[in-house]
Amino acid sequence: MISKTQIPEDKVIVARDLTKKFGNFTAVDHLSFEVGKGEIFGFLGANGAGKTTAMRMLCGLSKQTSGEAWVAGYDIARETEKIKRCIGYMSQKFALYEDLKVWENIRLYAGIYGVPEKDIAGRTDDLLKRLGFEAEKQALVKSLPLGWKQKLAFSVAIFHEPKIVFLDEPTGGVDPAVRRQFWELIYQAADRGITVFVTTHYMDEAEYCNRVSIMVDGHIEALDTPNNLKQQLEAKNMDDVFHQLARKAKRTEQ
Amino acid sequence: MNAVSANLIGKKYGKLQALSGISLEVGEGDIFGLIGPDGAGKTTLFRILATLILPDEGTASVCGFDVIKDYAKIRKVVGYMPGRFSLYQDLTVLENLTFFASVFHTTVEENYDSVKDIYQQIEPFKNRRAGALSGGMKQKLALCCALIHEPSVLFLDEPTTGVDPVSRKEFWTMLQRLKQRGISILVSTPYMDEASLCDRIALIQNGKFLKTDTPQNIIKGFDSELWSVRSDHMSKLLSDLRLNEGVSSSFAFGDAHHVTLKNGKCNSHDLSVYLDGLKHTNVCIQKIEPNVEDCFMQLSGKNIL
Amino acid sequence: MNDFSNMTKPTAKGNWIFFMAFVRKEFHHIFRDKMSMLILLVMPILMLILFGYALNTEVKNSKVAVYDPSQDEATRAIVEKLQVNDYFVLHRMLKSPDEVDRVFKSGEVAMVVVFSEHFYESLVHGGKAQIQLIADGTDPNTANTITTYASTIINNYQQELLKTGAIPYQITPEVKLLYNPSMVAAYNFVPGVMGMIILLICAMMTSVSIAREKENGTMEILLVSPMKPLYVILSKAVPYFFLSVVNLITILLISVFVMGVPVAGSLFWLIVLSLLYIFVSLALGLLISSVVNSQMAAMLISAMGLMMPVMLLSGMLFPTENMPVALQALSDIIPARWYIIAVKKIMIKGLSVGSILTELAILGSMAIVLVTVSLRNFKIRLE
Repeated sequence: MISKTQIPEDKVIVARDLTKKFGNFTAVDHLSFEVGKGEIFGFLGANGAGKTTAMRMLCGLSKQTSGEAWVAGYDIARETEKIKRCIGYMSQKFALYEDLKVWENIRLYAGIYGVPEKDIAGRTDDLLKRLGFEAEKQALVKSLPLGWKQKLAFSVAIFHEPKIVFLDEPTGGVDPAVRRQFWELIYQAADRGITVFVTTHYMDEAEYCNRVSIMVDGHIEALDTPNNLKQQLEAKNMDDVFHQLARKAKRTEQ
Repeated sequence: MNAVSANLIGKKYGKLQALSGISLEVGEGDIFGLIGPDGAGKTTLFRILATLILPDEGTASVCGFDVIKDYAKIRKVVGYMPGRFSLYQDLTVLENLTFFASVFHTTVEENYDSVKDIYQQIEPFKNRRAGALSGGMKQKLALCCALIHEPSVLFLDEPTTGVDPVSRKEFWTMLQRLKQRGISILVSTPYMDEASLCDRIALIQNGKFLKTDTPQNIIKGFDSELWSVRSDHMSKLLSDLRLNEGVSSSFAFGDAHHVTLKNGKCNSHDLSVYLDGLKHTNVCIQKIEPNVEDCFMQLSGKNIL
Repeated sequence: MNDFSNMTKPTAKGNWIFFMAFVRKEFHHIFRDKMSMLILLVMPILMLILFGYALNTEVKNSKVAVYDPSQDEATRAIVEKLQVNDYFVLHRMLKSPDEVDRVFKSGEVAMVVVFSEHFYESLVHGGKAQIQLIADGTDPNTANTITTYASTIINNYQQELLKTGAIPYQITPEVKLLYNPSMVAAYNFVPGVMGMIILLICAMMTSVSIAREKENGTMEILLVSPMKPLYVILSKAVPYFFLSVVNLITILLISVFVMGVPVAGSLFWLIVLSLLYIFVSLALGLLISSVVNSQMAAMLISAMGLMMPVMLLSGMLFPTENMPVALQALSDIIPARWYIIAVKKIMIKGLSVGSILTELAILGSMAIVLVTVSLRNFKIRLE
């Protein structure tokens, strides 16, 4: 047990022996890691390795069985409400309301996260201008191409300038060119000091992360910069790294 | 006879032109890949070929049967795996397989050989409900169900979407084995790296084929030299590259940026000098072979213009 | 080259195996979904109890027949008063007491007024006279309301007489309810609940479960199989047919042994009638499922499109005779209305099958029309 004062100031996520069991099954097994401010942290792993379970705990959606973690300085078990206020979340499955207009979605999320009413209109216009979506302000979200939706969803998720944004497979199925534009948005956010915690199945995207963790069977098998991982495993790229590590998996199911 | 052939297929949903001018031929025993992002029209094309919807224009046939007239015959010889996981989540693995076997007037025992390779991997979980399986397992079960009646042609709509790289590789190994058994496969994917595993591919975007050919020929068709550029500051490198007038395109590509240069305006030496001048350290510029993703971006860039 | 010529043709045996496999799968779905199991089994019981608190309704223009052996000043005055009232319409005069039974069985009238013989004489000389008010107790609300109105009118007449003469005249209206002497409200709502539950299970559950196949994408796979789409649909109907039968038995057992409503007529014909109604309801469910693509839409259409009209227009809660002509016409095309009428006749009045031939014919033709339309509507493709 460590006290709050021992959490390093510059660490936005600190996990110590974080564990989640479902009955006999240990989905997440003594996870320990730290993520620094403004870092792009790639959270990789095979299907069923425990990524989603770990991410849910960090977002305060699910309670750990044992261990501890702090997100933005708050205890994930006791201060979930405070955590939710300073994180952003976006997934491939659910991002925006399809039947609302672009600006209505922005206003909705801004309202939920307590952005002052007087700022919303101005910041909405800024955002749309940056994305080049001015003409689509009045368009229904469902009429936009997938890549645009994902870019917009990401911008909405960081509209309230959270300390951390969790991205769950944000680029699945997205056009290759748009996928790269998406990552440029991620870089911009990280440059502003927003920590980015991202999962992906595209191994080239793993290269864009500052550090990458690879989960196997509920625990972190490797955690380092992409370059160091490649050197350690004498791999030519991250795809190779992933295959070498994930092959160690014993369990095939959860 | 081709396993699948389509001639100038067009389909509209209201004002939206979902497909236009689609022509393709899938040779017998070939793996044909439809490569393109979500919303490009892949699912619509699958549904037309699987006789689920009617094309507005053009003709298509599967195993020589017309998709409109002979739909009942086609339904006997194809195995279809829709994009979403489309099995009964509240039935167990074995119950799903048994059910689909009887749908196709056969039994699991009778056709066990055709699914054995794949089924053995999920057999330990045969009494588990399908809804409780992980992504990779679900895909294997769905493939088993699509194969249980020994189809001649397989339609697989994005079987690997959302599946991790290791399971994806396994899945493609299974497809290669099916190909060896003489099954023709039409498969779609948004992952460009899977293109090289197909015999022929079509790059699809906004309802149109950008190009149809073998992966090798598509790569040969990349009409400029491609350079891989690295330095210690990759994100600054990308913006600096874009500011250089001699650079025609530059995209982040994993650990390097892929760059094409405007002919006659700039060469790799000029670029090296330019980057040194901007105080980039450990600059490394190499000429590389393009991959399918490079080709897709080049072709789609032209398509937009 | 694969040889496509020796493709296995779907044989009768193959179809049968498929059919049974499908039925088995359908039962798996039902038994594994605890929530819908609970709804299916508990709902009939809950509804019987809920509708036990039947609603009080106002009755207008009830048809009345009169048997008046006296034909004197007093009886004419009372008939006159009944007639000028909004509540009653004089349907006809009866010639003999035997006719009373007949007019009720034919459903011609809601109430019969029977005067005693030598009415005026007894009233003036003996100071006492008798009137019998006979109403159809299968609908206790209506019966109760109209007999109360009639008694009030007779009492008013008595008050007038008292003002004019010195003798304290006394007319005793004696209320008699046919078929349902103890005025058990259950007599009214048991047939109604039967009509509703069966419709709900068959139409709503079938359409929802077909819509679920569309939502989950499994319909795509089923369509792209050599299976005739017709079989897919038919095998959906079988489990719900069984469930409806189970519910029918539950309702009957509860109504006989708990609510004390006997099956007065032929149980055989009651079951035949119910099977026909189940068939109509299944056909309605199939029709709904052919036009909707989501479970939500199937649920809403079944609830709003079927349940509401059944509750409001079938005569289950409100007598249809008070409704505007347009609504009455609408109520005629509601299968539940005919089913409920027929159940009342067989189960409660104990009439023979001859009395429900009209209802059987109507339900039968509805079944044919619905099945034809829904089969014609069934799509072999997704759009």
